[in-house]
Amino acid sequence: MITLKVNGQDHQVDADPDTPLLYVLRNDLELNAAKFGCGLGQCGSCTVIVDGQAVLSCVTPLLLLEGKQVTTLEGLGTVAAPAPIQRAFMEEQAAQCGYCIAGMMMRAQALLMRNSKPTDAQIRAELEPNLCRCGTHMRILRAVHRAARLMDTADAAGDRSIR
Amino acid sequence: MNGPVILDRRSVLAGGGALIVSFSLRGAVAQEAKPQELKPQGPKLPGSLATSPYLDSWIRIDADGRITAFTGKAELGQGFRTAFQQIAAEQLDVPFDAIKVITADTKLTANEGYTSGSHSMQDSGTAILHAAAQVRALLMAEAARRFELPAENLRSENAAVIAPDGRRLGYGELVAADVLHVQAQPTSPLKDPQSFKVMGQPVPRVDIPAKVTGGAAYVQDMRLPGMVHARVVRPPSYGAELMEFDAAAVEKMPGVIRIVRDGNFLAVVAEKEFSAVKAMHALAAAAKWRESAKLPNQNDLPNVLTRLPSQDFAILSRSDPSVTGTRRLEATYTRPYQSHGSIGPSCAVAQFADGAMTVWTHTQGVYPDRQAIAEMLGMPQPSVRLIHVEGSGCYGHNGADDAAADAALIARALPGRPVRVQWMREQEHGWEPYGPAMVTKLSAALDEAGRIADWNFAVWSNTHSMRPGGAGSLLAAQHIAKPFAVPAPKPLPLPEGGGDRNAIPIYNFPNAHVMHHFIPAMPLRISAMRALGAYHNVFSLESFMDELAGLAGADPVEFRLKHLDDQRGRDVVEKAAQEFGWSRDRKAAQNRGQNLGYGFAFARYKNLAAYCAIASEVEVDRETGRARLVRAVAAVDAGQVVNPDGITNQIEGAIVQSTSWTLYESVAFDDTRITSIDWQTYPILRFNSVPDSIKVHIINRPGQPFLGSGETGQGPAAASVANAIAHATGKRLRNLPLSRKRIKDAIDA
Repeated sequence: MITLKVNGQDHQVDADPDTPLLYVLRNDLELNAAKFGCGLGQCGSCTVIVDGQAVLSCVTPLLLLEGKQVTTLEGLGTVAAPAPIQRAFMEEQAAQCGYCIAGMMMRAQALLMRNSKPTDAQIRAELEPNLCRCGTHMRILRAVHRAARLMDTADAAGDRSIR
Repeated sequence: MNGPVILDRRSVLAGGGALIVSFSLRGAVAQEAKPQELKPQGPKLPGSLATSPYLDSWIRIDADGRITAFTGKAELGQGFRTAFQQIAAEQLDVPFDAIKVITADTKLTANEGYTSGSHSMQDSGTAILHAAAQVRALLMAEAARRFELPAENLRSENAAVIAPDGRRLGYGELVAADVLHVQAQPTSPLKDPQSFKVMGQPVPRVDIPAKVTGGAAYVQDMRLPGMVHARVVRPPSYGAELMEFDAAAVEKMPGVIRIVRDGNFLAVVAEKEFSAVKAMHALAAAAKWRESAKLPNQNDLPNVLTRLPSQDFAILSRSDPSVTGTRRLEATYTRPYQSHGSIGPSCAVAQFADGAMTVWTHTQGVYPDRQAIAEMLGMPQPSVRLIHVEGSGCYGHNGADDAAADAALIARALPGRPVRVQWMREQEHGWEPYGPAMVTKLSAALDEAGRIADWNFAVWSNTHSMRPGGAGSLLAAQHIAKPFAVPAPKPLPLPEGGGDRNAIPIYNFPNAHVMHHFIPAMPLRISAMRALGAYHNVFSLESFMDELAGLAGADPVEFRLKHLDDQRGRDVVEKAAQEFGWSRDRKAAQNRGQNLGYGFAFARYKNLAAYCAIASEVEVDRETGRARLVRAVAAVDAGQVVNPDGITNQIEGAIVQSTSWTLYESVAFDDTRITSIDWQTYPILRFNSVPDSIKVHIINRPGQPFLGSGETGQGPAAASVANAIAHATGKRLRNLPLSRKRIKDAIDA
């Protein structure tokens, strides 16, 4: 048994220590957002946040996570009460198939947590590890800019409704 | 068992006995019949009503007022689920949120074949448009009968019919008399586009909230009670034979439930997913395969293709002896094999219970894939149900159908237990059916006035669809001990075509000859990839138009307009050029230095669907050869617009994806194995190459047919970028991809 802290809650996980975090999140904890894309750390669709850093959960074994704080997209907000990054992606309609989007959002969230006013160049550089095949890049960039603005205004803290 | 379990629409009806409007029994039976047998007499019905003519195959209204729209097409991330909901809401006069859309499911929806060719709006959207309008008219007529008033005195609003005296009947009350159980009429009382409230609006997509909050949105997210996890061990190369493998050690691995072997089909099932992954690796290491070196020389692919036996079709022969050219140009363009490259490898869940097989799959065609899987399993089709659940974007025929077959084959070995099969990255990259390699040879001559007098276009290509229809298209069925033969490939018929899609020029040339050299032999596994042959044919045709414009000393946009009679085509060309600032900025760019280039391209997809023109600005680093699309402006005419943001999203995506294909992508292989098996060996566009801006301008055509926008951008984007590179460097590149090395070599030559 390994204790894993995900989205602020402790979970007792019965999995081999070499199990990649991704499989624990998706199967043991039944969280959908982090996606299997390559299992090789090449595409970013499995991105989650560990202690404030964007991490590729498909190549991060469980044994490295004891005592650390894992955050997934589910931990940021809900449809009824979306976080600024979620609200921004909805408002920009920043998805086609959407398979890569949760990973994009988590990497962007990690950036915005340490730099609330990133430049366009900083956002592009930050998102470099994450692949999108539908070509939704322009909308993703717009959504991250929008999320930064939302986070920057008191409005975002006080009013988490979509519209 | 007393007989095969029936999981199709007939049993729903027979068992339903509902007083609500249900599917018509005859309609359901018709789903199983051959299309030519169910065509109604008289004028052709609009869209897919032609093959599924009953109104209640498309629109169902329950007695409690719930409204459902049905489509046999599969939502792949194009957003049509939202667009269909808009169409139905508009024509029924109900709020957008009052409608639920059910997508492809062999138990619930009409058979609309494949979700492909930008046909969803045209086929299914049109069927829903007319069905909804006719349903509304029937409800009005029924209300008129009950009110004893003329229908023209009534109005519909918010899912009810209202009389001048204030009496109202909800749609749910009106359908109790089974009034929707009728065949559609050829014409419909469609609403005036001027009055639209929901159609034409950028309604937010209904699927996005779940996708950005971690909701269950994909087949990958399914967790059925008792579900187990399977992995397939694919052969290392095409045609490899499994000689021996040591199962004993793998069977003893913790959590392993079963090893499934049937000929060259090898899979492992485990309780937990990572146990299955580890067992797959162990099994792969323990398996010995006999491989054969039979792949062609990748570096000589154009010659390999053009030397293969071909069936030759003259698909256009237009002659005007009074016009002859004097200045002649020739060019050959090539395209390598290219990968769909879905970000999420294919996945499926299957369950075999009580003699029936249910498969949840991201296939593009639940009915044809069901036929193939049923044939593979030796089961009657009605005992197999396929339910579409979204997967990662596929852009054509990727591994979806194969993963569905894998899941079904493994599930049959474990009756009762749902089996989830997830392909690994290297399996998707190594086994998906690629977009075919192609060669085009063009020659043309200009007359004294600088007009094209004579045009010759020849294309060499495989078919562009090896989709299931029979079991032989499925990898699992090819690999089992009693394998199904791969069906003989066929050229896809014109006017839509396959390898020859968009090979016939839309331009007005007095002499024009187009040859399609269809190559039956398929050195690599290939099938449908977004836009089929139109990607390469438009790349070739529109590149060559630029070369000829250069020969004529003409501006590329003016040169196109000089040969283009189609008014809607002219409109998108002029719109894209104007919004881009074509004539102004192109001259300015030339003054700014040699690293910026401007390119233009245009096509009408399939010469019968959406029009698209794209102007591009590309920067080329002359030291490294690196090209980056800086800015693109597109104009598109997709007919009547249902959701403008949906069209914009499709065109933006087409430009970025096609730019990636065009600059970077090529399937790699040695004489035996595919060697591009992940994102390191098959690189695609990343954020450092994303344009600064993409602008999409839509020309709406109220009241005109839907034309579909999913694929119209692929060819124009490629040629627009290629033309901009030629403009920037002064060198014409004709072999895809237009890689950094090729550009650098051209600059240095």
